[in-house]
Amino acid sequence: MSQRDGFEFEDLQGLLRFGHGRLSEACFMLLKVVDPEAAREWLLKAPVTDASSRTPLPQAAMQIAFSAEGLRVLGIDEAVIEGFSDEFIVGMTGDESRSRRLGDSGGSAPEHWRWGGDPAATPHILLLHYALPGGLQTQRASVEDDRFDAAFELIEILPTRDLGGIEHFGFADGISQPKIDWQQRQSTDLHHRDRYSNRLAVGETVLGYANEYGLYTDRPLIDPRRDERAAILADAEDLPGLKDFARNGCYLVLRQLAQDVSGFWRFLDQQSGGDAERREGLAASMVGRERDGTPLMKTGGDPIPGVAPEQQGNQFTYDADPGGHRCPLGAHIRRANPRSGDFPPGVTGFFSRLIKIFGFGQRRADEDLVASTRFHRLLRRGRPYGPPLTPEAALETDPPQAERGLHFICLVANISRQFEFVQDTWSMNSRFNGMRQESDPLLGGREPLINGENSDCFRLGQTDGPARKVCGLPRFVRVRGGGYFFMPGMRALKYIASLSAADGGAGR
Amino acid sequence: MTPQSTFMILAEIREGEIDALRDLLAGMNRIEGIADPENPLLPFGQFERLHVARFVILEAETAEEMRHHGREPYPWRPSLVFLGDCDGKSRYFLDQLARRAADGLQQIFSHCVGFDPDRDDLLTWMSGRNITPKANYINWIGRTVQQVREEEALQRSLAAYLPRAIEEVGRGNARALRQKLLTHVELERDAGRLQLSPPEPTPKLWWLGNLLHKLGMPSILLLLAPLLLLSAPFLILRLRMLERSDPEIVIRPGRAHIARLSVLEDLDVTNHFNVLGDVKPGLFRLSLLKFLLLTLDYASRHVYNHGYLTRVKTIHFARWVLLDNDRRLYFASNYDGSLEGYMDDFINKVAWGLNLVFSNGVGYPRTSWLIKQGAAREQQFKYTLRRHQLPSEVWYKAYPGLTAFDLARNSRIRQGVERRQSSDRAIREWLGLI
Ligand code: HEM
Repeated sequence: MSQRDGFEFEDLQGLLRFGHGRLSEACFMLLKVVDPEAAREWLLKAPVTDASSRTPLPQAAMQIAFSAEGLRVLGIDEAVIEGFSDEFIVGMTGDESRSRRLGDSGGSAPEHWRWGGDPAATPHILLLHYALPGGLQTQRASVEDDRFDAAFELIEILPTRDLGGIEHFGFADGISQPKIDWQQRQSTDLHHRDRYSNRLAVGETVLGYANEYGLYTDRPLIDPRRDERAAILADAEDLPGLKDFARNGCYLVLRQLAQDVSGFWRFLDQQSGGDAERREGLAASMVGRERDGTPLMKTGGDPIPGVAPEQQGNQFTYDADPGGHRCPLGAHIRRANPRSGDFPPGVTGFFSRLIKIFGFGQRRADEDLVASTRFHRLLRRGRPYGPPLTPEAALETDPPQAERGLHFICLVANISRQFEFVQDTWSMNSRFNGMRQESDPLLGGREPLINGENSDCFRLGQTDGPARKVCGLPRFVRVRGGGYFFMPGMRALKYIASLSAADGGAGR
Repeated sequence: MTPQSTFMILAEIREGEIDALRDLLAGMNRIEGIADPENPLLPFGQFERLHVARFVILEAETAEEMRHHGREPYPWRPSLVFLGDCDGKSRYFLDQLARRAADGLQQIFSHCVGFDPDRDDLLTWMSGRNITPKANYINWIGRTVQQVREEEALQRSLAAYLPRAIEEVGRGNARALRQKLLTHVELERDAGRLQLSPPEPTPKLWWLGNLLHKLGMPSILLLLAPLLLLSAPFLILRLRMLERSDPEIVIRPGRAHIARLSVLEDLDVTNHFNVLGDVKPGLFRLSLLKFLLLTLDYASRHVYNHGYLTRVKTIHFARWVLLDNDRRLYFASNYDGSLEGYMDDFINKVAWGLNLVFSNGVGYPRTSWLIKQGAAREQQFKYTLRRHQLPSEVWYKAYPGLTAFDLARNSRIRQGVERRQSSDRAIREWLGLI
């Protein structure tokens, strides 16, 4: 594997490296291209923020991402678009089978969405603005010139709300993130990562680099002999004769998730017989962390690669708790990141590994039911929206009505293996880790299975006896919009801007 | 114990009748791809010994890949496959089927070459086209449909009763709690609401045959060992040469093909899977494949017969079948969870096992030393798998909503009812299963 000292951060959009947390004001704009020529001209000058470190720190940032249709409209050749993954090309809502797998049915079905639900009308461009408090209007105004107005039609503007690192149910968010291995120091050899590591191959979030398999995810490559404008693109690392349109880019998954905060706290209150301490306890079990972010699992033990010493809140795995006694198996963070290695716990060397490979030496009947986490990590970049409602206020009679929730964003190199897998195989799956009748306590749609079995329960394993089972969970989170986007590297942005009307975009 | 058995009836479809057959089969479904257990054509649900069954139309959609090996594609006529797994001998099952669903089956098979309902005896005709798999995997040998149903009823009954028991004796008192539950089971059994039938005696002939197989295979291998050892260097050399020279075929499957497959997926907790491909040309590959399938069959029969196939616990039934004079390999399975999850298992848990068998098939990603690379080449493997995959027209599972792991857990619950645990810890663990 190539060892590199530096990383070409200047070709990467900033969001891949930074969460822009200091820039606490943000809004996301969904745009339709009405004049491709004007759009490309605007793009050529657009102040898109790259990932290089700056001093002084920036006052604002802007990132940009495109849907497949957006790329098409701007004149990207169909053959290039075909180089992207099916999920991206078809879109989040372009296929009912996908919606079913993602749990986008019933109240979350695309036909009820505010935006993105109609595959024929997916937004072309997603523009993400970030600014210091009070600076958002100025930031927007600085890019919304005449050309911008001519180029785009605003489909929807998604405002966000700074809740100080808390999401609407009241929990600290953004604590756990994979640590991107920019220097590519960690081996990706299969079966050699017995234990969980928080360090993640660059190729799992950025296209054009080796992923956790040590391989390059499929992506559009362009032959510069057939398209000389592609000369400005970087070479494909794995196929040097070709130009890598996707290098330093990534997929961006956006889902607008409305949260029923009063429904959440009322249900918990009712389950706890009005006892505040039990209510908090149950809420923490559902998340896997207390409200202040303290994990339910005991922290400490062997240091986890990629977890900084000061990040005690992530210094844990679930190895010591296979029965879900400390942290329920179904807790949101345990489903979304089971912190599993390539092998179940207990592999110490060649022979124990060999025994496990053949499926022998199982300590528990429910061992090894969960996939190795490193192939399913998400770099999360979401922001909450809507007015806050404290748990206390949520429990009062007639709490103020307003839509609030999370604009969930994650950045991945492989939508199906990462986002869709986590959403479908881990979060929504009623059989995650051998459980029954459950789905993610926060995200679940609670719809019954084909044989009528319910999926609205939540089990809390108990050391002293049978598990406690809470049933009848209502739906707390409803999908209101969503889409799959591609966030190109800086060179690829220039390439897009360099296309001309002859490339087909103008005719649409 | 009543061991399971398999059947697989293969027949060429008459020219021009494939669409009519497809429509006829679709009429058996409750929703696309999932059979109505009471459908009049073949009311699967009335056959208490049937675990899973499916109808598949085998079309050689990837036959062209043979050209990469410098050969003309083998000709193939679209054929109908009717396969399933049942308790007891499949001969008895087919007999029962031919008697109780004659009309429907005749209607179906009359779209096939060589079947004339007026002339042919259905059972004879089916038996004549029954193909034995080269390797067969059964998640739990001897677990009957009846047992599955009884144990699921037990689990439900206990789970429903548990809260009341906890209310009466408290959560912490494991022994008292267990006593309550056991009494509950007793009462329910007396009232005829629960049944826990003891296993039938194992058929003597099966037992003997199984034992002979268990001992015979290794003995033969031992006898052949000197020969194998002597020729090993040559075989390995040949393998390495082929691994280098076999053409790489990287074709991304079409989106329409994938859409056609995914409509059928994730409707139940279990999914059905078919792949069909060509065996690589040459005697070496075929012999290697046959040998490995023999080994796989042996391992499934005698080692992996209680809930797991190496690291994978999600497969109910699977079979590997050689077709068309050993020129094609067909694989069919019933697995729990999403396809993305199934592929994840294939790549991250058992790539070596898949490589052993499927690397002898045309279009499989390049392996090295037979077990390395191959499936571990993630994207290419996923393309290969999807490209060779075929939809089932009709699929039936006797216990929708239950995974192989659920079945195993239910059996453990039952064990706890029939055999008392001694330690408090074991009792608590048992209570935790409910
Ligand atoms: C409104 C919806 C959601 C809420 C309220 C929510 C809330 C939370 C909270 C409170 C945490 C713990 C903080 C942390 O560990 O960083 C968390 C972590 C996480 N969530 Fe969510 N989440 C939501 C939706 C989603 C979705 C849709 C996904 C992906 C499919 C997801 C994936 C994750 C992941 C991967 C983690 C980190 C787990 C870890 O690494 O330990 N979340 N979420």
